[in-house]
Amino acid sequence: MGLDVNAVFQIAGLGIIVAMLHTVLKMIGKEDYAHWVTLLGFVVALFMVITLLDDLFQKVKGVFLFQN
Amino acid sequence: MEIIQIVGFGLVAAFLALVLKEQKANFAFLITLMVGAGIFLFLIDKIGQVIAMLQRLAINANVNMIYVETLLKIIGIAYIAEFGAQITRDAGQGAIASKIELGGKILIIVMAIPILTVIIETVLTLIPK
Repeated sequence: MGLDVNAVFQIAGLGIIVAMLHTVLKMIGKEDYAHWVTLLGFVVALFMVITLLDDLFQKVKGVFLFQN
Repeated sequence: MEIIQIVGFGLVAAFLALVLKEQKANFAFLITLMVGAGIFLFLIDKIGQVIAMLQRLAINANVNMIYVETLLKIIGIAYIAEFGAQITRDAGQGAIASKIELGGKILIIVMAIPILTVIIETVLTLIPK
């Protein structure tokens, strides 16, 4: 249970950092870098969530006798 | 107690999702997805115990295991479909959510066909010719 709380805080922190970077980069005129940073941040967070979802679906399959 | 952990975890995640909603809505969506999965992961072993007890009961009452297995699969399909539909509806995609629910319903009906046929046959045999 504790592990998940850390993961949620990591994603939240990542989101805030990416948002700040986006605005900072937009301020200094590097608009396209900003979009790249946002995209990369999103991909990293998505990867973390996907691993947890995969774990969830494996467990659900195991519990509900999905033998096929 | 676990319930306090679950509620605390949910409140923290809701707060973080709110903070993130203004700047980056997609991160807020990821947080809700993560929390949904996390809380169910926390409950999955308790559900496993309940289902194991159900199976023992079914075996003692020597019910045909095929029915119990299809029943459990139907419960699993219902849960996953509902989980996906809620998450997509929360992300604002009502149409996709209803399509997921439709898919879940149809899969469940398809799985229930053998049970329905057996019921109909037994009812027919009960009716005196």
